[in-house]
Amino acid sequence: MIKDFRYLRPQDLQEALGMLREHAGEAKVICGGQSLLILMRQGLVAPEYLIDIKHLEELSYIRLDEDGLRIGATTTHRALEKSKELAERYPIIPEMEETLASIQTRNWGTIGGNLSHADPAGDPAPVLIALGAKVKLAKADGTREMALEDFFLDYFETALEEDELLVEISVPPVPARTGVAFEKFTIIGCDMGIVSATARVTLDEGGRAAEARVVLGGAAPTPLRAKGAEEVLVGEDLREELLEEAGRKASEECEPISDIHASEGYRRELVRVLTKRMLRKAWQRAAQG
Amino acid sequence: MKRLISLTVNGENHEVVVEPRTTLLEVLRDALGLTGAKEGCSLGNCGACTVLLDGKPVLSCLLLAVEAQGKEIVTIEGLAEGGKLHPLQEAFVEHGAVQCGFCIPGMILSAKALLDENPHPTEEEVKEAISGNLCRCTGYSNAVRAILAAKVKEEGER
Ligand SMILES: Cc1cc2nc3c(=O)[nH]c(=O)nc-3n(C[C@H](O)[C@H](O)[C@H](O)COP(=O)(O)OP(=O)(O)OC[C@H]3O[C@@H](n4cnc5c(N)ncnc54)[C@H](O)[C@@H]3O)c2cc1C
Ligand code: FES
Ligand code: FES
Repeated sequence: MIKDFRYLRPQDLQEALGMLREHAGEAKVICGGQSLLILMRQGLVAPEYLIDIKHLEELSYIRLDEDGLRIGATTTHRALEKSKELAERYPIIPEMEETLASIQTRNWGTIGGNLSHADPAGDPAPVLIALGAKVKLAKADGTREMALEDFFLDYFETALEEDELLVEISVPPVPARTGVAFEKFTIIGCDMGIVSATARVTLDEGGRAAEARVVLGGAAPTPLRAKGAEEVLVGEDLREELLEEAGRKASEECEPISDIHASEGYRRELVRVLTKRMLRKAWQRAAQG
Repeated sequence: MKRLISLTVNGENHEVVVEPRTTLLEVLRDALGLTGAKEGCSLGNCGACTVLLDGKPVLSCLLLAVEAQGKEIVTIEGLAEGGKLHPLQEAFVEHGAVQCGFCIPGMILSAKALLDENPHPTEEEVKEAISGNLCRCTGYSNAVRAILAAKVKEEGER
């Protein structure tokens, strides 16, 4: 059973930040609760205060303009999956959301909660890192911004301070001739991935890779950029040996663990294969424009 | 510290006193006696506790009752009208889509949310809609047939 707590329901963001400051160290934020309530039921987390931000409409939005995309922290997975505008300009985001958990969890769970939970097997982080996303963190007395890549510190650990909230995710415009692809390996659909790979390729006018990103999920204590694999590709034409080489590099540089879902060796093999496949797919998408 | 909350369930307003840690599932089953929603895993995996919240399927085991204040909740008990089964319930019976029945309330509510939003789903869309509802008995085929048939039936009645 969940250990009881005091439930706080702020009216707006400012009040939520004030409550967080007042109860720093004794409070947890709850948004969709799709991760937190499981930890609380298992007795792994037992806060004195729970500050509910789920109903804060001011943090629930998907905004697109010439500067790119901004997503409010309390936006649900389902809203991202179903957004027509995203499907047009950032199709990889709905594509990734479609296989995240079940419809039920996507209806109530949020993007801010997912990133703050910092499960290295989470789906959105690698995709957003591949897109060059930043996160905005707010405290009672100000905000700061950082690359999403730097937000994750360790298993279930982020740069968030005790009195800080993740309020917004921003994504720059996607350059021309860019393709992105994501896939996770699961035993049953709508499950957490055992390993995921996201690849992003931007081609120059001659069809060579001007920029490449490979981001792995479930393969290290945090989402991991496989920089060795990325380097293999830059300046090159699409060739099968190159993809093989990139996959091999990624499988060497990742740091997976063995657990009940898969052994370390199995995860490395998955990383090799998925990296290769996703790079091929991203490249083909980039070539199509 | 206990709180008085008001919940709208199947169109009726209820005032209940709850501890903040109480889940919506616990309130439905223990305080309101609505035992249609089932507790399977309480970990978000099985979907047996699915209810509709403002028309959308959610897991009542992973929702605090205090969070459901002011929302419209529908459970399986709210589907039949005046003793007449909902077309989805009838279709499940007619197609033999029920074995032990444990997963069925959640599955029917997931299907209802689909049909309310998309009255002409494909077989693929039906499968996707109930993919968060695990069934250890039936193998799903008859449930999929039932949901597709319920769609046809609603059209027939219009
Ligand atoms: C059955 C099941 C399957 C799942 N499958 C997947 C999957 O395939 N892929 C995947 O990526 N995820 C999966 N998840 C996890 C889930 O998608 C997310 O982690 C969840 O949506 C988190 O969002 P939430 O709003 O529910 O967060 P909560 O559970 O409310 O919070 C999670 C953590 O983040 C903190 N927090 C929440 N919001 C903020 C904020 N704005 N600022 C600072 N801290 C905050 C909380 O204090 C808590 O520590 C699954 C979950 C379940 C139950
Ligand atoms: S009881 Fe299994 S998902 Fe809620
Ligand atoms: S009918 Fe028994 S679990 Fe589905």
